[in-house]
Amino acid sequence: MKQSLALLMSATIGLIGSVVAHATILVEPTHERDQVILSDQLPTLLSEFQFFDDAAGRDPADRVIAYELNTPLFSDGADKLRYVYVPANSTIGSDGEGLLQFPVGSAIIKTFAFGEREEQRFIETRVLLHRADGWVALPYRWNAEQTEARLAIAGARIPITTPQGDEISYRIPNMNQCKTCHSQDSEIIPIGPKARNLSADWLSEMVDGEHLTAMPEGADVLPVWQAADTDGEIDAQARAYLDVNCAHCHKPGGSASNTGLDLRWEQNDPFAIGVRKPPVAAGRGAGGFLVSIEPGNPDTSILVHRMNSTEPGVAMPELGRSTIDHDAVALMRTWIEGMSE
Amino acid sequence: MFRMTVAAALMASGTPALADTHTIAPGEGAQERLQEALILAAPGDEIVLEAGHYTITDGLSLDVDNVTVRGAGMDGTVLDFTTQAGSGEGLLVTSDNVTLRDFALENPKGDGIKSKGADNIVYYRVRVTWTNGPDANNGAYGIYPVESTGVLIDGAKVTGASDAGIYVGQSNGITVRNSIAEANVAGIEIENSRNALVEHNIATRNTGGILIFDLPGLPVMGGGNVIVANNLVVANDTANFAPPGNIVAGVRRGTGIMVMANEDVLIEGNILQHNPTAPIMVIAYVQGFEDERYNPLPRDVVVGQNTYGVGGDDPQMDNADMLLAAFGGALPPVMWDGLGTLFTDAGTPGWSLNLPEQGKGTSMAQPSPLSVPEPASEFDRTGIGAPAELEARIG
Repeated sequence: MKQSLALLMSATIGLIGSVVAHATILVEPTHERDQVILSDQLPTLLSEFQFFDDAAGRDPADRVIAYELNTPLFSDGADKLRYVYVPANSTIGSDGEGLLQFPVGSAIIKTFAFGEREEQRFIETRVLLHRADGWVALPYRWNAEQTEARLAIAGARIPITTPQGDEISYRIPNMNQCKTCHSQDSEIIPIGPKARNLSADWLSEMVDGEHLTAMPEGADVLPVWQAADTDGEIDAQARAYLDVNCAHCHKPGGSASNTGLDLRWEQNDPFAIGVRKPPVAAGRGAGGFLVSIEPGNPDTSILVHRMNSTEPGVAMPELGRSTIDHDAVALMRTWIEGMSE
Repeated sequence: MFRMTVAAALMASGTPALADTHTIAPGEGAQERLQEALILAAPGDEIVLEAGHYTITDGLSLDVDNVTVRGAGMDGTVLDFTTQAGSGEGLLVTSDNVTLRDFALENPKGDGIKSKGADNIVYYRVRVTWTNGPDANNGAYGIYPVESTGVLIDGAKVTGASDAGIYVGQSNGITVRNSIAEANVAGIEIENSRNALVEHNIATRNTGGILIFDLPGLPVMGGGNVIVANNLVVANDTANFAPPGNIVAGVRRGTGIMVMANEDVLIEGNILQHNPTAPIMVIAYVQGFEDERYNPLPRDVVVGQNTYGVGGDDPQMDNADMLLAAFGGALPPVMWDGLGTLFTDAGTPGWSLNLPEQGKGTSMAQPSPLSVPEPASEFDRTGIGAPAELEARIG
């Protein structure tokens, strides 16, 4: 305990000063973190990973690198602070436009927050750890004092006011629910950091910093969600949104593979992405409509109906949202309206 | 540092140490305690749910192999999802060799229990009930194993599902037996699956009792090798309450046993009574399709000896009055659309629509009494049903 405190302090001092890299080399603060990441334990406290130099989880430690996604997953309007950590002497590989290939010992950290500026409060931090036998997904819940985040194996529900002003019961997923989305053929995998959804600038900085082996082919092709509003990009925007918000389940080998609906960016078969595709296991989720996407008719498209609902058993995605993403529903409507009948 | 050592839970492939029993009692925090136990269980462990009423507000899930979840009886341990606020099902199982037994789920918002890619699963004396009875707002499937090899459902009971009470999809090596499916749209449905045995069940007050379907456009296709034997299929006369758009929304009220597409299906030893549209119906897939892998016709379907009581006396179909008059007040018990190949036991009364083509509707129908051959050989039962080891588990 003493040792880790000392290390924590060294790292903090290092960051304040201008000799971060030297401090790192001198005290090797990553060492204990790597042990925690690679162990077979479930740390009770987020601070045990030493991803942050402060107890409030706002100052990333050395080698904990912030990133953003062009098109993000909607999570009730939560602000998200995303970081990757790659251990010293390791680098991330790439797989074309697809997922970055994180070496064993890596971690991906995402904090969910609500509230503006000084009012901003952290709700939860989700951690993906790449251990020797695969990835592990852990949810940590922040305390009321904002000084500590504690493992919430079974998840939790917390009352939240969203940026849209909705009073909701925000759901912190349990460990299994993490896997429901982070799943490929029953193995846990990262979802977000695909080269196609990361900015070329960030990737190139990662290459320069020797965290990433080379600039991936096909990087930075998904539109930037906040910036995209030109008519010409409707199709790309819609497909990017579906890729990021839906395809982690709706893909071959994903949690919803049995439906045959495949919403990945790279899927080009109209039927597979839902055009005139009848529902398979939608039940009342179908809302009385006959196909997922009826070209020209968003009002009779199951995809719009389910995105526009908050009712369990109807709402899609099933996990991760308690409110409607109205911007996305509007986008889907425009997209489907523009398809020729 | 405070740490929890749960190496065993994470190392699912490791050799299990002595199996543990985790006992959960109802009351304050029961949902969280149960979900934690479901996550932290080691292979071989048993999770015991004491008798009582559990209020569950989120979907539960199990992803550890070789775990048994055991309640105190399907009327003793009740997981109540009436106030469920999230997830698409009540309980989701994604691991292999799981046994679920002796508990109930009530009023899940979506499906009841879904097991996906969960091989060798046993559902034993499990109940899923939507307590308000038939209602389009009920969840779709009560018991819902999909994409699994080895499924045994025994002694289950499902009531009120707006799609299928017991639904097995895209799976192989299946037994559904000794179960009751009541007041669902489809009582028991086997879809896009092979080697299924459906026997000794009661299907009553559903829209359709037992459905054997093969549909296009799914990852797994080519349903067949199915036996539907010795079931009591009685008074399936509930008006169809499925939300439109789902395939079962097209099932006619009063259908007893229905085969759509599939190959090598045997229907025998069933008691069929008061199924007013058709005690037995064998048809091709009714819609158009573009899936080249798909065969829409029923092939080598065998209707053996069954016991036919009153039935076909109030069919939900066009020109019902004319048909009833033509057939003397009730339609014969076996209805075929005339597409594919059907064999029946000698003397089985039936009728055919004599449709000339699949997917073109019934306007070309030329109804006539059924005239099909007897099966040329004994039905091949090899490999049909759940693996024996599943049966051994419930002993």
